Amino acid sequence: MGNLKKIFLNGFFLICCCFFLSPIYIIVVNSFKGRSEIYENILALPGSLNFEYYVNAMKKMNFLNAVKNSLIVTLVSILIIVVLASMTAWMLVRAKNKFSNFIFSVFVATMLIPFQTLMMPLMQEMGWIRDHIGLPMLDTLGGLIYMNVGFGASMAVFLYHGFVNSIPISLEEAATIDGCNKFGVFWRIVFPMLKPVTVTVIILDVIWIWNDYLLPSLVITSKSLRTIPLSTFSFFGQFTIQWNMAMAGLTLTIIPVVIFYLCAQKYIIKGVAAGAVK
Amino acid sequence: MKSKKDLKWYILFTAPLIFIFVTVVIIPFFIGIGYSFYDWDGMPLNPKTFVGIDNFIKLFSDSRFLNTSVHTVIFTLLAVVLINLLGLIFALIVTSKLKTRNIGRTMLFMPYLIGGLILGYIWKFIFGDAFTAIGEATGMTSIFFNWLLNPKSALFALVIVSTWQMAGYIMIIYITGIQSIPEDVIEAANVDGAGFWQALFKIKFPLIMQSFTICLFMTLSNCFKVFDVNLSLTGGGPNNATEMFAMNIYNEIFALNHYGYGQAKAIVFFIVVAAIALVQVSITKKKEVSM
Repeated sequence: MGNLKKIFLNGFFLICCCFFLSPIYIIVVNSFKGRSEIYENILALPGSLNFEYYVNAMKKMNFLNAVKNSLIVTLVSILIIVVLASMTAWMLVRAKNKFSNFIFSVFVATMLIPFQTLMMPLMQEMGWIRDHIGLPMLDTLGGLIYMNVGFGASMAVFLYHGFVNSIPISLEEAATIDGCNKFGVFWRIVFPMLKPVTVTVIILDVIWIWNDYLLPSLVITSKSLRTIPLSTFSFFGQFTIQWNMAMAGLTLTIIPVVIFYLCAQKYIIKGVAAGAVK
Repeated sequence: MKSKKDLKWYILFTAPLIFIFVTVVIIPFFIGIGYSFYDWDGMPLNPKTFVGIDNFIKLFSDSRFLNTSVHTVIFTLLAVVLINLLGLIFALIVTSKLKTRNIGRTMLFMPYLIGGLILGYIWKFIFGDAFTAIGEATGMTSIFFNWLLNPKSALFALVIVSTWQMAGYIMIIYITGIQSIPEDVIEAANVDGAGFWQALFKIKFPLIMQSFTICLFMTLSNCFKVFDVNLSLTGGGPNNATEMFAMNIYNEIFALNHYGYGQAKAIVFFIVVAAIALVQVSITKKKEVSM
């Protein structure tokens, strides 16, 4: 291949990629513009960096509070999923019997159930638990986390199960002879070996929980408990006409995702690939 | 179980997750099947009337639901083809020897990480105000008009946004497939004088058959279940012309308060999704190309 042709192909591909991301560019540049400036030329860079709309959007969306709620829900849900699913999957593999096989196949089979099939009865059940047992399952971050763990369980158990199957049992046996109990064997020896799957589970669950809209919208009603997608939704209900402020709000919601992506790109792409192929 | 002690450990390790899982997934699933045989408006004090399979029979004469089914099928077919085509092309470029391949991969995968709801709002502006403005500036009003106000173009807008979201994700799966082809197979083909297209269709494609199946069914099931993008981009409009399956169920239950009837739809929805997945499993098992 000639040098010139190479440069041309590389450049052409890069331009295509930039075109692919142009919607994000349009949102970002127009978030700095006033209304008349938007209509003058929608593709042009802003005349000046005017952060007025960002300040307004942040206030109206209660953005920092939404970030805090999203962080709590995402981190705690994932922590519980990783701890409980890895322990469960390990036990299901190591204690092979009919019951373990049955439980595992139930976990796998339920991965097929779409959320829409469960949402109404789930809300009825959680309402019933609140009214009759007194546990605050609805309109609390704890309730949302509990349900996230339930919905994330299948996938995580499935991924851990496949991996535990492939690691030899001899190390664990040696540790048992040395006097470790099951708890020690699992946390000291097995869990560190599960790291690749743990990364995959974390990545897939971050993408899912951080962006999840429907479940939180059914569980959370208080303004102060809104996660980012919820506050974006209510924000757009009120400010559809004020596009400059709306775009500032959208840019704000994209920023955490971009930071996460740039920091963990290698793991994200590997994790997504591993999660899909299994 | 060898001893009582082992059993204790077994329960300690597995019971917490199984308990949460049963209360969140299993119990609602069975309650849901129950509800689908009742007529109920969701008010706790109002009576639930047992109607047997009437809810399921009603589906076939519900014109809004039938329209929704048609839209969902059209949307799904268009989106599956477009997503896989683009995803495959991206994957082939990104696995080539281009120097810009890594930065390209980074950029193309980006949209997948932004949630469907936010993607929908971004594109709502593009298809609405941005298109109108570009149309006025360039005079090409036959392409650049507000796509979301016309039933046909709104459906196509939904296809484009879903493609934008999923193509980078599907690309990652195709990349995994392409990278698992041994280098010497391609080299051997080159030595034997196979051109670019020949190597592509006769060597690469047959060897990534499994990736094809995974990607096809993954996009099929994801597009069929689309909700977030649908909600924020078009909200089902104009005139319910872009209301997809999932949104129709949501509206039936929570907007129209037809809890029993809506749940019956949700059960049908589950059966369709499960059928798609089961077909996939049986195909993947048969079709693996052995080397």
